[in-house]
Parts: sequence; C-alpha cells; structure tokens
Amino acid sequence: MLVSMLLVAFLPFLLFSVLYFKSFLLLRNTGLGDLIFSHTWRPSRGEFGFYPFIIGSIWVTLLAILFSTPICLLTAINVTQYAKKRFLRIMHPVIDILAGLPSVVYGVWGILVIVPFISRYLGPWLGIKTMGYSILAGAFVLSIMIIPFILNIIIEIFNTIPMELKEATLSLGSTKWQMVKHVLLRKALPGIIAAVGFGLARAFGETMAVLMVVGNVIKVPSSVFDPGYTLPALIANNYGEVLSIPQYDSALMFAALLLLVVSLFFNLLMHFFIARYNKY
Amino acid sequence: MKRSLKVEETVFRVLMILSTAFILLILGVIIYSVFEKGMRALSLEMLTHIPEGGYYYGKGGGILNAIVGSMVLAFGATILAFLIGLPVALYINVFLHGKPKLVNLIRFILDLIWGIPSIVYGAFGFTLMVLIGLQTSLLAGIITVTLFILPIMIRSMDEIFRTVPMGLMEASYSLGSNKSELAFKIFTRQSVSGIITAVLLSFGRAIGDAASVLFTAGYTDNLPNSLLEPVATLPLSIFFQLASPVPEVQARAYASALVLTVIILIVSLFSRGLGKRYHKTKINF
Repeated sequence: MLVSMLLVAFLPFLLFSVLYFKSFLLLRNTGLGDLIFSHTWRPSRGEFGFYPFIIGSIWVTLLAILFSTPICLLTAINVTQYAKKRFLRIMHPVIDILAGLPSVVYGVWGILVIVPFISRYLGPWLGIKTMGYSILAGAFVLSIMIIPFILNIIIEIFNTIPMELKEATLSLGSTKWQMVKHVLLRKALPGIIAAVGFGLARAFGETMAVLMVVGNVIKVPSSVFDPGYTLPALIANNYGEVLSIPQYDSALMFAALLLLVVSLFFNLLMHFFIARYNKY
Repeated sequence: MKRSLKVEETVFRVLMILSTAFILLILGVIIYSVFEKGMRALSLEMLTHIPEGGYYYGKGGGILNAIVGSMVLAFGATILAFLIGLPVALYINVFLHGKPKLVNLIRFILDLIWGIPSIVYGAFGFTLMVLIGLQTSLLAGIITVTLFILPIMIRSMDEIFRTVPMGLMEASYSLGSNKSELAFKIFTRQSVSGIITAVLLSFGRAIGDAASVLFTAGYTDNLPNSLLEPVATLPLSIFFQLASPVPEVQARAYASALVLTVIILIVSLFSRGLGKRYHKTKINF
C-alpha cells in the first residue's frame, strides 16, 4: 500500500524531472527566452522558436474559455435555481456523456460540422475567405469539450451556497434574479473563477480534437480565421521524426515540459485561491 | 424601476434557457452527426476483419485490429490501475484516518496529477521507453495509460470511501478487526457500486484517449499477440483513416468513430445500471 502510494505521490516530480532532463540539452544551447519568443522553427538547422505554437495555444484556449464560460454560468443558474429538480436528473447524464466522449470523436464532429460551417457560412457571411480549418474551429470544438467540465464544478459550487442565505434575500423582497445577481453570484465568484481556471488548464493541454481542426500551419495567426498550430499538436504530429534530427526530441520534450508547467501552475494557483477564500 | 427589473430578469431567463438548450442540442448534434455519417460506411466486414493490403487506399478489410487492440490495452491498463489504485484509496481512508493534513496534501497532489494533459504522459512514456530500450508496444501503452488513469481511479474511489460511515468503522474495530481487515473486507464491500463506477469511468478514459498511446503503443495492422509488439487503437485508427485522401477511407473513419462512441455509451450506461444494482450489498444507516 505504502509503495503504491509513494509512487503516486512522486509521479509529478518524476514527470517533471524526466522531461526537464530531456529538454536540458536544448535549454543549454538556446536560452529560455530565445526558445519562447523566437519565430523561426527550422528543426533541421537547429532553430527552435516556440512562439507561433505558444500564441496558437493561447488563442485557442482563451477563445474556448470565452465561449464556454457564459454558457456554463447561465446553464448552471438555470439548472440549480430555476428548473425543477427532475430536470437536473436529465442534465446529469447529458453532462456525463459529453464529458465521457473521446477527444477524437469531438475532432471528427468538428471536421463534419464546425469546419464546413465556418468555411461555407460564417466566413462568407463576414466576407472572409477561409478554409474552415482555423483557430476559430479549434476554439469552438474545445469550448464544447470543456463545457461539461466547467459546468459540473459550477453546479457543485452553487449547491454549496447555503439555502438560508437565499431565503433571507428573497424574504427581504428581492426578485429571484436580484437574489442570483447580488447574493448567489457574489458568494460563488471565487469558485466560478477557480472553475474557469481549471477549465483553462484542461483546455491548454487538449491534443487530438484541436489538432484535427486547427489547420496545423506554423505561422503566428493574424486573425481567428487563420489556421494555427498548438503546442500539444506539435508534439503529436512530429514524434515520428524525432530520432532523425538532432535536438528534435529535446525540443518536443521542452514543449511537453511547458504544458506540464502551465497545467501544474494553473491548478496550484486555483487550489490556493480556493483554500485562501475558504478561510474567510 | 420595477419594469426594468422585470425586463432584466426576462432577458436573462431567456438567455439561460437558450444556453441550456444549446448544450442539449450540441449533444444531440454530435451523436446524430456521428451516427448519420458512420452508419453509411459501417458494415459487418469492417467489424470482423483486419485491414488488408492497401486498406488505406480504399481496399477491403476492417478495423478489427483496432477494436481488439483498444480493448486489450484498456483492459490491461484498467486492471493495473485498479491494483495500484485500490490500496492507495484504502490507505488514504483507513490508515491515514485522523491525519487530515496529510490526507488533504495527498488529495491535492492527486488532483494536480489529474490535471496533467495526456500528451505529457505520452511524451513521458516515450522518454522512459527510450531510456530502458523498449520498442513501441502494448506493454509501453498499458504502462502509460495506467499512469494517466490512475488519478481518476484513485480519486473516484476515494470519494466513495469517504462516505463510509464512522459507525461502521467503529463497529468493526470493536469486534476486534485490524486495519487491513477493515479496509479490504468492510470498506470494499460497502462501496462495491462506487468501485464499479470508478473502474468503468477509468476504462472509458483509457479506451478513448489517443494522445498518450500515440508515441507508446504504436500502430499495426495485425491483431495483438504479444506484450512487446505494437498494438492498434481505435482513436488512432480513426485519426489515420481521416488523414487519407480517399473518400471511402474517410467514410470508414466516421464508421470507426461510431464504433468508439457506441462503446463509450455502453460503458456509461453500464456504470449507471450496475451502480444501482449493487446498492443492495450496502448497509444503510
């Protein structure tokens, strides 16, 4: 028991040290700043600039959060405050199934529905020529993927808000919406921020679904209709060639290290945020 | 004042209903589009044959290699994760009972691990493989996926064990049982339904994840027959077939996506059904 336990407890350190050890070669030759802010990606010449990938990842993630947060928030308010109890029982399996669908299936769906929608309707309607495979498509698919994740946390947080607080507000003559706006949302705000933060960390590392619709062009995107490239997609697309080019494996491990650090950082931040808030 | 309040509430009510409907609609659209596209290409041959030569250019054959491969890999990883995860979850709840600080720290670490993207596990597994000189193989795939689903397994079982009532613990101590007996005989029996749900949840994750097996399990057109050989998986098979320029092969990718979706739906239905069934063995206070 103790052995398995220690194994699990040291897993993050193990992950970190192995990835750091592997990317150390690259870090020693090229500085951290150069790696992150350089635009040129020419593995065969030993030039590894991660800037396009980092920007691509940030675009996709932020847009996804932007789409999904209001939807999650409104749905959670509806389900916990307004709708009948029975409805929550319908909603739970829906959330579970959405959360359980594999990312490849989301990717297939993105190719079938989202990409044609953008290239045939949304693009022409806005007067923009686009292939459909774009930052926007990645963000759309990603936002659907993280909806169940964020929604679940927000619903749980709303359920922990004490009933008395809501009843007291209503008994003072406020309308239901006033209660929601001034009491429920205010009381749950730290929890909501944490939920979004967790969603952000999750979205940043999502690989397959985004890879399938984002277009995979190594260029800093100038609009959301441009194709882009994300860090996880970079790792997934190039693992086959790593052994033929020197330092290439080191570069991919550096990308994995970046993902790990971002994920750990956001999760840590949100945990401390919640812990701090719970004290008061 | 009164009127603006009313208008505001109505506007937000409409928005709420719209976003709820949006989520329901999206699920419907996903299931519908996968079924509609997938059913057209799905045939018995696809389910019962391995790819023949030139399969990826539209020749005959099926995806049996990927179906069997995914099953074997997911079963292996789930069993391994269960064997490691159950003791950990029991340890946290029985042996560390009364040390809330340590328990919280462990839960915190587990949550951190849960949040790590699966591609990072893939990269990590790949590095380990290279270090110990292992080829892409079923074994490497199983180990990587085990690491990936371990936090899911432990945390879901942990949540169930937390709900075991104090009274039950005290009763079994007073009858002279030691901690191991309490853990393996009482806690596990009390939580059968929850354990099944945790296992099925992990299985669903294991079978659906592509990023972690991409580097480690490899891909092959044959059925898996050894732990040390590469193995095909459904998510990757979908991915590779989609990359083909031939329309028929792409259609087969949609059919494979349908197969994967159906497996996931069955697993999720089972976990709901079985969870209810084993409630009988539970002692209620």
